[in-house]
Amino acid sequence: MDHRDKSGDDAERSSIVINAVPKIRLTDVHKRFGKKVVLDGVHLDVMPGESLVIIGGSGSGKSVCIKTVLGLIRPDTGTIEIDGQDVTHLNFREREPFLHKCGMLFQGGALFDSLPVWRNITFAVSQRNGHSKQQLKDIAVDKLGAVGLKPEVADLFPAELSGGMAKRVGLARAIATDPEIIFFDEPTTGLDPIMSDVINELIVSCVKKLGSTAVTITHDMSSVRKIASKVAMIYQGKIIWQGPVSAIDNSGNPYVEQFVHGKAEGPIQVEGKRA
Amino acid sequence: MNLLMQHNPVATIGHVFLLFLSSIGRLVLFTWNILSEGLRGPFYFRQFGRMIIEIGYYSLPVIGLTTLFTGAALALQSYSGFADFGAESSIPIIVALAITRELGPVMAGLMVAGRIGAAFAAELGTMRVTEQIDALVTLSTNPYKYLLFPRVIAATLMLPCLVFVGDIIGIFGGYAVSVKALGFAPIPYINNTWAFLEFYDVFTGLVKAAVFGFIVALMGCYHGFHSKGGAQGVGAATTNAVVSASILILLANYMLTEMFFSI
Repeated sequence: MDHRDKSGDDAERSSIVINAVPKIRLTDVHKRFGKKVVLDGVHLDVMPGESLVIIGGSGSGKSVCIKTVLGLIRPDTGTIEIDGQDVTHLNFREREPFLHKCGMLFQGGALFDSLPVWRNITFAVSQRNGHSKQQLKDIAVDKLGAVGLKPEVADLFPAELSGGMAKRVGLARAIATDPEIIFFDEPTTGLDPIMSDVINELIVSCVKKLGSTAVTITHDMSSVRKIASKVAMIYQGKIIWQGPVSAIDNSGNPYVEQFVHGKAEGPIQVEGKRA
Repeated sequence: MNLLMQHNPVATIGHVFLLFLSSIGRLVLFTWNILSEGLRGPFYFRQFGRMIIEIGYYSLPVIGLTTLFTGAALALQSYSGFADFGAESSIPIIVALAITRELGPVMAGLMVAGRIGAAFAAELGTMRVTEQIDALVTLSTNPYKYLLFPRVIAATLMLPCLVFVGDIIGIFGGYAVSVKALGFAPIPYINNTWAFLEFYDVFTGLVKAAVFGFIVALMGCYHGFHSKGGAQGVGAATTNAVVSASILILLANYMLTEMFFSI
């Protein structure tokens, strides 16, 4: 009886997975800046609850890829869907409900210089609901706690924070509204290895706790192994490989192998490299 | 295309003209976006208040000193020229008219272009290159409403206030020099000023000031908002904001003077 129930549950679960609408879907997305083609027909699905890490060299189109999803950059052609709805050509007002579902940690933190940490963290919350100042401060302190920072940090200004602290505050701001989708743009760039690991751990725990879908772009392989459930590699504006993180060391793709092992020799040609 | 332009000056002129037209188009669209998005709300009163203080209160010393010395120098210059013709009695009205109609708004506009236009371009440019403007969007906040609209409206409203105060200080500068250095009697000087100065003179100066305030904020916002390329880009945006605002102020001044005072 128990056994039959379990297989019934499994069947139901797998049918849900098969029929699930991707949280994010990019279909044949192209983008060029002047003559430089940055995205050249990107196809990518991110399923609910998945933690996708996009890897690729500098200038390969990783950042542009997630900025098109958020509407910060408009693609030339192709479609972008969030929860099955086409968001490609929405104006700001139409896009707002989708932006409410998203949070983003920027590479440099992108904290607002003119606001103290607690106002930075609760910026989105304060725009949406009528919270009192004390309530907002309490939310900020709570989120600071979630990223391992003390309540005293709340009253500091961004200029007074170290690189690691700024990243953590940026993470606290990204998770402040409990978003369904979180984007991480090079979360460990510029940090020492220990702080990088701390940030990776925080990302994993925050994403797990919120049950969010995560999209991370990085070229740090230790981040990939820690954060990812699925990995996609972008090269010359195309997704050239994608698969589970467990398959990354045996991908059979020479581009991925060169990137994963950090070799100068291989099919990826780096501009300015000596022949 | 480039090769063609190297050999064909007409193609170069055409290319420059097209670039000019596309810049005008971008600026008009930018202005439309600020006003149409901003007027729709929500309104960020905290930002607006911050800008009012930044533009109105903190620019007051600069405007006061500028108009004070301008009025004083104007009285001295007028005296040295008019004394030869025995027309010294015209100095009070010359100072008052020149300050209220022309020098007050233009000097204030140029000073605010240097102070506020540059500050807007530098702040917004830094926000752009450090992705703070992108961060605003991801936090569901429209940068046109939050950053640009309060700046443009605050500058348009505050410059007339600054110019009004500047007019009074400038006239006082002329008065002080005339009475203390040129031997004018205080009461007749004031009576002369009052007798000839009309509401229309002050009003047209304040309208000019509102237009100049709009131009300064728009140029600062436009160049800052579209800056790119790190510190160098922010520097270029700041320079462009001040230069373009200054030129447009002088151009607009001529056009408004033509409109208000042409016979």
